[in-house]
Amino acid sequence: MINAGELRKNTKLMIEGEPYVMLEVQFVKPGKGVAFYKCKMRNLMTGSLLERTYRSGDTFEPAALEEKKMQYLYAQGDEYYFMDVKTYDQVMLTEEAVGDAKEYLIDNLEMDILFFENKAIGITLPNFVELEVTQADPWVKGDSVAGDSKPVTLQTGMVLQVPPFVEEGTIIQVDTRTGAYVTRVKK
Amino acid sequence: MAGLKQLQIRADLLFHIRRFFRSQGFLDVETPIRIPAPIPEAHIDAVPSLDWYLHTSPESCMKRLLSQGYEKIFQICRVFRAEELGARHLPEFTMLEWYRTDADYNQLMTDCENLLAFCLESMPDRAPLVYQGKRIDASPSWRRESVSDAFRKYAGMSAEEALETDRFDEVMAFEVEPSLGLDPVFLYDYPIKKAALARPKPEDPNLAERFELYIGGMEMANAFSELVDPVVQAERFKMEEEERVLAGKKPYPSNEKFLRALETMPPSAGIALGVDRLAMLFAGAADIAQISAFTPEEL
Repeated sequence: MINAGELRKNTKLMIEGEPYVMLEVQFVKPGKGVAFYKCKMRNLMTGSLLERTYRSGDTFEPAALEEKKMQYLYAQGDEYYFMDVKTYDQVMLTEEAVGDAKEYLIDNLEMDILFFENKAIGITLPNFVELEVTQADPWVKGDSVAGDSKPVTLQTGMVLQVPPFVEEGTIIQVDTRTGAYVTRVKK
Repeated sequence: MAGLKQLQIRADLLFHIRRFFRSQGFLDVETPIRIPAPIPEAHIDAVPSLDWYLHTSPESCMKRLLSQGYEKIFQICRVFRAEELGARHLPEFTMLEWYRTDADYNQLMTDCENLLAFCLESMPDRAPLVYQGKRIDASPSWRRESVSDAFRKYAGMSAEEALETDRFDEVMAFEVEPSLGLDPVFLYDYPIKKAALARPKPEDPNLAERFELYIGGMEMANAFSELVDPVVQAERFKMEEEERVLAGKKPYPSNEKFLRALETMPPSAGIALGVDRLAMLFAGAADIAQISAFTPEEL
């Protein structure tokens, strides 16, 4: 059992028979009163958002989720295919289930695929992913108008702000949790 | 984690708080942090330390000093509360408490106004207070709103009705507190059931002489005209303990020495003020982590 006091971002729990992941937990405690946990959660099956307020003393069933190391294979329409690196079993996730993670999916990328009752329902990306810059405007030294960052396009189609010295063809590391540029990668 | 500037603001604030109380003739006291029996409060949980506890407030020891003849005392210390962690809570935080004999909660309201004015004068680059982009008018006298008026005004129900339906804390947290605004306001006269250590109001025994101070929409301080009747206090403790046990919590050892001290404690008033939250206000910080050297997650 999970106590309300143990709820944190990313805690996975069961609400009315469905698995949810905690997106935000706000601790609210008036004076000498009882503690409340204002929670924002996402349904891992449907992706829909749920807001609930719990109080200290409330308990929850942890979500029986399983994670398997898998490799990204390819996308076909709005279906994304992954392969178990040990058994070579393949599973499919819909575009909806993949969500924002699709911005980071490149061939052979290894990640954790989340299963609930033997059904693949989502992805836990590695914290850092390396992606190639496929389009970048050249940087003109001394161009103060350009500021300290510029937008570039990555191999997945993702557009993000990077320091002006990043050029086309460079491999960069991106933090998948924040979607921010981290560093250039020497290959 | 706080930056250099935030920790400087915090340090300055602590320095000026000390100056304020010393200039007013208060004695700066230190009482033990590790104690055998915390004050039993239904919704405050002490952290065990060996067979004793880390204090959740220096309250009981400071009141014992009052019973021994000290008249004006203050303390700035770390206190510990299990499971309290959020944008305005840390399980270990800095508490300022001060006590006055022969005084009631009205005197403490004046103290609060004077203390803030003193800190603002001493830190002129912090005045006027601007919190989350909004200017706070901290000039005295501060607004005073009774709990009963606030419940009717902001929640459209009486405090008694909220209590009977076990919704008092919920209504307070989600309807009353967010409606209080940014300027300082004293929310005063709590139902007696919500004030285990406060003296009943002479003209209405259903109410207790307790107030909470809000500034910048944050609860800053909690104050009482102290209950000094050991028999009534023992009954109140029993009720709080029963509530703790009902919630599945371990009862605390009884605090006989504290109850005995009440026998010789003069009429007094006491207040606890959260120094971290005051630092948040002075630093314009939205999260308590921004004015703390380290949070538990960083250790």
